[in-house]
Order: sequence, then C-alpha cells, then structure tokens
Amino acid sequence: MTQTVNPAGALAIDAAVVERILVGFLREEVRKVGFERVVIGLSGGVDSALSAALAQRALGAENVVPVLMPYRTSSPQSEHDARAVAASLGLNLEVIDISPAIDAYFEQLPDADRGRRGNKMARERMATLYDMSSKHNALVVGTSNKTELLLGYGTIHGDMAHALNPLGDLYKTQVWALARHMQLPAEVIDKPPSADLWEGQSDEQELGFQYAVVDVLLYNLVDARCTRAELRAMGFEDAFLDEIGRRLRDSQYKRRPPLIAKLSARTIDREFRYPRDWGR
Amino acid sequence: MSATIPGTGTEPTPATVPHAAAAEMGADGGVIAVLAQIAPRLGDVPRNLERHLSVAAEAREGGAHLVVFPELSLTGYFLKDLVPDVALRQDAPELADLARASDGVDLVVGAVLETEDARFHNAALYFSGGRLVHVHRKVYLPTYGLFDEQRYFAQGDRFRVVAAPLPAARQPRPWHAGLLICEDMWHLSAPMLLARQGIDVLLCPSSSPGRGVAHGAALGTAMSYDAMTRTYAQLTTSYVLYCNRVGYEDGVNFWGGSRIVDPEGRVLVEGGDREELLWHRIDLGAIRRARLAYPLVRDERHDLVDAEIDRLRHRRLTEQ
Repeated sequence: MTQTVNPAGALAIDAAVVERILVGFLREEVRKVGFERVVIGLSGGVDSALSAALAQRALGAENVVPVLMPYRTSSPQSEHDARAVAASLGLNLEVIDISPAIDAYFEQLPDADRGRRGNKMARERMATLYDMSSKHNALVVGTSNKTELLLGYGTIHGDMAHALNPLGDLYKTQVWALARHMQLPAEVIDKPPSADLWEGQSDEQELGFQYAVVDVLLYNLVDARCTRAELRAMGFEDAFLDEIGRRLRDSQYKRRPPLIAKLSARTIDREFRYPRDWGR
Repeated sequence: MSATIPGTGTEPTPATVPHAAAAEMGADGGVIAVLAQIAPRLGDVPRNLERHLSVAAEAREGGAHLVVFPELSLTGYFLKDLVPDVALRQDAPELADLARASDGVDLVVGAVLETEDARFHNAALYFSGGRLVHVHRKVYLPTYGLFDEQRYFAQGDRFRVVAAPLPAARQPRPWHAGLLICEDMWHLSAPMLLARQGIDVLLCPSSSPGRGVAHGAALGTAMSYDAMTRTYAQLTTSYVLYCNRVGYEDGVNFWGGSRIVDPEGRVLVEGGDREELLWHRIDLGAIRRARLAYPLVRDERHDLVDAEIDRLRHRRLTEQ
C-alpha cells in the first residue's frame, strides 16, 4: 500500500486493530512452539508495561511473569511504577537485584566507564530473564520499539535479546498511543523515557532530539521511502538527516544475525532458508 | 451455517444458515458454497490434508456443493526452502484422497504442484465428482516487500475458465468459474481475460498478510481486497468467492475476511479473523438479473479490444 507523505498524521494508528493483531501474535506464536507462559523484564517504563499488558490479554495474568531487576542506583520511581503496572494488570512481580553480580564484576575492572557498566547491566538482565525463562518454562518477550531498533539505541545481546517482540514495528509515538488505548497507568505513559542505567539518564537528552520529531522523520524515511528533497521540504535539516542516516547505517549490524563466512553451496540464512515456524 | 472447524479449539461463530436448511436450499437450483477460512500448519501436509478431508465431509453432510480453501491450504504460505519438500506430483496419493472426497461436493484446494522437470507451482486445484478437473497455476508471483515467490515458484502461463460440473447441485448447466490466486487479483488483465471467456463466478483463494494499521483505515490490505472483490463482481456481473486464510506465520498475520460478493457488488457474507466455515447459498438467478440491469457482458466490444491489443502487440514487436 502506498504511504502518504503526511508529517505527523502518518504515525496515527488504529489502536484497536493493532491491539488485536499483537494479542493474536503473542497467543499464537507462544503456543505454537509449545509454551503457555512468558517472562518480561518490567522496568517501570512504557515499553515493558505495554508488552506485559499485551501478554496479559493474550495468555492470561497467570501466564505472565514480570521481573524487575533493579541495580542499586536505579531510580526508586522505576520500581514504584513497575509495581503499579504489575498491580494494574494483576501480575505477581518478581524482583531480582542485579547489584551483587554487577558490583562483583566491576570490582575487578574499576576503570570501566558508565557506557560499559550500562551495557553489562543490560546483559545481566538478559541472562537473568533467560534463567527465569528456564525456571518458569516461559518464553522471553522483548520490549524494543521500532525507534530504538532503528537508531541502535539498545544493547546487543542485552535488551535486544528475546524470543519474540510485539513492539518492534511500532515507533515510540505509536507505543504511547497504544498504551493510552490500553489504559496503562498515566504516570508510566507521561514520564520522560529513560533507560535508567545511571542516575538522571534521559533518552531524549542522550539522543539529542525528541521522539516526536525523529519518529516523523523515521516514518517518512523508512516506511514511506521519501527522497532527501522530500524530507527537506518537510522541514528536516541536512545535519539532522545526516545524523539519523549515520545512526541507521552504523547500527545495522545489531539488527542482523552474526556474519557467517561462506564456504559451501548452502550456507545457513543465505541459501538455507526455512521459516522459523517450520511445521508449526 | 458458520461452524467451528473440528479439532482447532477456535470459538464457534454465529450461524448464518442452519445446517438442516442448507440441503433444502440446494433443491431450487442454488449453489451452496462454503469458504473454509482455516489456518494451515506450515509445512505439515499430512495434518492439513486431514483437515481438508474433515471439512469436506462436514460440508457434504451439510448439503454443500462447493468448498473453497485458501491459497496453499495444504502447505501454509511462507514455505521458503520447504517448497520442494511439500510439493506434490499430479499422481500423488494426497491428491487421490482429495479427489475421492470430492464425490458429492466440489473442492478448490491450494497446493504446491511439481512438474516432471522439477518446476514448482503455487496452484489451485479444482476437484469434482471424484476427479481433478482443473488446475490453475498462479501467474503473478509477488516478489517485493515481504513476498519472495519468484525465488521458489515457477510462473503459470494461462488463465482458463473451468466448466465446474457441480454434480451435487441440481443445475441446468455447468457453472463457469475462473480461478485467481491472491496476487493474480492485483492485475486487471487477469479478471478481464477470464470474464471474456464467460464466467459465472471468480473463485479467489488467498493468503494475504495483514499490514497497514493507519488510523481510520481498518487494515490496509483488507481495504484493498474489499475494493477489488466488489469491483470485479460488479464489472463482470459475476459472483466473487474470496477465501483468505487466518493465523500467523513467523510473526506475520493473515487477516481472514473471506467473503462472497454478488453480481451487483454487494457483500453477502464476510468472515472475521478466526478460523471458521462460511456457508452461503448462491442464487444463480442473481447473475441473470444483474445482467438484465447492467448488460455489460452483452455490450463488451471484443472487436475493439482485439484491434487495440493487435496494434499494441505490433508496436511492441517492431520497437524492439
């Protein structure tokens, strides 16, 4: 279908249609591979709250295991909000403190900067979720949205690691719209987005632009495939277009499986192409 | 009636035609059609075959004359390298089973057909009276966006009408049906070529992935098929039986919405997004009435079309 060039309105979604598709996606793709339950890292933010709400509708509250994994510098507000989300969805929140594991590791490597520490935390959470996955016989559901996936604003093998992701084709602006439609707690929807990897971290400050702006650009660039001239005519400046273009290219490796050196006539994922839902 | 398909665990949907009444409805020359809006299991032909046979049995018992299954209903859609594994030769025992099941109810089934020289076709098979009577090989294989059909399939090379025998229905003459598989519908020439051969009905098996969730647009793909099915029915003054699948494959949803559209472009029955059997009695008299009101078939200028196509063909050949 042809996408219209409509700077803001193009991001508007029919939230009821989207909810129906995503609830069906979780229900069918989880059960098809022999699971009934899912585990989700709940951070107190809107993305994980929305993933949890969709999973609760798809599989029932008793089949959703939300896990809060705070580090000692995590904002108390995050835990408060995660508890509010779990309570509003009727979920039993599990809390696993990752501070001992993280601190034990960096005792040996005290020079690590906050970027390395943040990535290590994201991967510690991934490892914890996969342990919970084994404990509860549950699939790990991801919470990465399309904006952060395209910008590479996530940790590879950290928050980007999961079995399936209902939000990966929704821009952040659309996540907010669906969250409002599904009546998630207002304080979770309205607060400034943050990875909460260090005190005072804010997505929009760190990125240097607002989601409301970059989502319009990404939609018109990625979905509608507008030319540079068309994007300029919408009011986007060359410097911003260059920066986002660079981010897209530089993060492409994160969105792909690892490279395999080709030798045979039938290399995995190159000529050897089978659907994931093979026989399901 | 609209019924739950056995063994799928899907919820029953409200009945539209009571089972018992269905048999009576066939007595006056109408055709009772069933759209089998199912979710095939990807790459599992034995299981899908079993489903087809049970649906055929249920349809026959309920007095139906015709069952239309979705595109690639025996195999699932996003097959990729499974294509040769699920392909059937025309003498395959699975096709013999389906042929036997068509004794008493005509069946339109989607399958991968393999030729003797190892070409694989995305095909719709028309079974009637215990035999395979017609095969349509998909002509337009989408290879763009999320589609990759030309990597795996060979193109069909014709659009031919089948004189559908419908032996179970008490009819004065065979029913003339044209088959269009999903992407075939997106090419205006396809229904035109079928209509020119004389049709009563377009049978359209489909595996259409849902996409486009813009506000106020419902599902983008559903809107496109709504426009096409109603337009083709009205312009050919024929019935359109569109059967789309449901379910998910590798995260992609199939939106259902199977429907029967009458020769004046009215939607008579429409499915949801779950598995269901959509039953409807087709009143053949409506084709005649539509053509009295809108004599488009009578007025079609075949001489003009032929002359223009000859001219364009000549130009194409001489310009090379």
